[in-house]
Amino acid sequence: MATQKTLGESLREHGVTRRGFLKFCAATASMMALPPTMTSAIAAALDKARRPSVIWLSFQECTGCTESLTRSHSPTVENLILDIISLDYHHTLQAASGDAAEEARLAAMKENWGSYLVVVDGSLPGPGSNMGYSTIAGHSNLDILKETVEGAAAVVAVGTCAAFGGLPRAYPNPTGAVAVQDIITNKPIINVSGCPPIPTVITGVLAQYLTFGTLPEMDDYKRPLAFFGQSIHDRCYRRPFYDKGLFAETFDDEGAKAGWCLYRLGCKGPSTYNACATMRWNAGTSWPVESGHPCLGCSEPDFWDAGGFYQALSVPTANATHTLAVAGVAGAVVGGVAAAVAKKQQRHAVADREPVTIEQLEQRL
Amino acid sequence: MSGPESISLAVEVPKVAQEWGNSLPILHEVRHALERLATTGVPGIIDLGAIPFGPGDEARLLARLGRGEVEAVIHALGETRIWESAVPAVWLIDHYNAEGERIALHIEIDRIPSLLLTQPEDLAEATARLDGILDGEGGAGASA
Ligand code: SF4
Ligand code: SF4
Repeated sequence: MATQKTLGESLREHGVTRRGFLKFCAATASMMALPPTMTSAIAAALDKARRPSVIWLSFQECTGCTESLTRSHSPTVENLILDIISLDYHHTLQAASGDAAEEARLAAMKENWGSYLVVVDGSLPGPGSNMGYSTIAGHSNLDILKETVEGAAAVVAVGTCAAFGGLPRAYPNPTGAVAVQDIITNKPIINVSGCPPIPTVITGVLAQYLTFGTLPEMDDYKRPLAFFGQSIHDRCYRRPFYDKGLFAETFDDEGAKAGWCLYRLGCKGPSTYNACATMRWNAGTSWPVESGHPCLGCSEPDFWDAGGFYQALSVPTANATHTLAVAGVAGAVVGGVAAAVAKKQQRHAVADREPVTIEQLEQRL
Repeated sequence: MSGPESISLAVEVPKVAQEWGNSLPILHEVRHALERLATTGVPGIIDLGAIPFGPGDEARLLARLGRGEVEAVIHALGETRIWESAVPAVWLIDHYNAEGERIALHIEIDRIPSLLLTQPEDLAEATARLDGILDGEGGAGASA
């Protein structure tokens, strides 16, 4: 199947010239934040790379991450899906539905056991939560995730929801949402956070994995350092104003018009690690701080609950109760669901996955 | 019901374009690369996509570098526009994809941008390609 050919072979078959390939590699180096002198090394590696099978699972999310990916300009999503990766299952993008879709996932798993990538967007109701909050084909997100990840080489958690719980986990976390890394502990995980992540960062991480065949170097939050290695603040073009103490105080004062630093308007750039300041959005057009809005810190854990978006970083927040409140909600879970979940700890076979029942769906926390 | 067009908007454009001071360091980097090329023959390349430019910085940098005598366009997976700046050996390499979106912008400091050179892999196939063309001539020219 798709995994048999190298990328170089498939590109040549499609009539891509050597210059075209080198250009593609130059753009890939740029995307991976690698020095342009790496282009020939990337070309050599990509030429030999085989296309891994990719299974994309979508849980509690707004589809913004997929939306972001399909707006990716480099390489185009068509290139990525057709030429580089073999996307065997994607809820939102695939044409198949119902049983055919689920069978495609199981078939891809079987054929590529041990070597496929699982990409997840969205958080999922964790153990002890009402599984009815998010299901696929009648099965809980938790079961689908565990089953799919079992034969995976690595898991890529795309977006702040999958990486850290995101909006679904915001106080008071009504669905008991957890991140992928809270559930999966026995497989390598790459967190590509952002709400949504920058499209070129999503494709860049996949390209990086393909190029080097190994996991990228990561920070303490399991984010690839090539993209999350520097803070927004360190790469912000307004930084000279911060250093001089020149701050906009309102969105329309003279300082704002002169392009001064947005720190006092709540900019979380100093504590946020992401690539917006250099990669920008919409094919490099602009990014939030360039259009006059402070960074919200969307690639950081719990950014939804980190105080007001428009409060300066040093202003203390009144959110100390967050952890306690979540623990309280999780503790109130109805026994029946917990028992059903416990039973499903058994290993993968489809027959073992018990569909969520109507009663469970109707349960309220 | 009144539509959005009924909302009066005023777009304020600053009279003087803001100078963020980010193009000057690039020019210094280019200068170092030029010196290295002249003394050691080692070329250099700068990825402008990775520079934290403010609005207008890129345009200012390109304007300062100016345009020289040579221009080229490569048609491969979209266009790549290449031109020598007014400073000899300082080239701008502007890559676009098939949808016409920019995918990278580089400054290359070299006697000729590497992408313009015929690639060794293509050179290996060149004779075979020409033989194919000659065969297509029906052999008349070849036997003469
Ligand atoms: S606008 Fe934000 S990221 Fe930029 S310098 Fe100011 S505080 Fe830092
Ligand atoms: S500027 Fe900040 S909040 Fe905005 S997208 Fe980038 S990291 Fe997220």
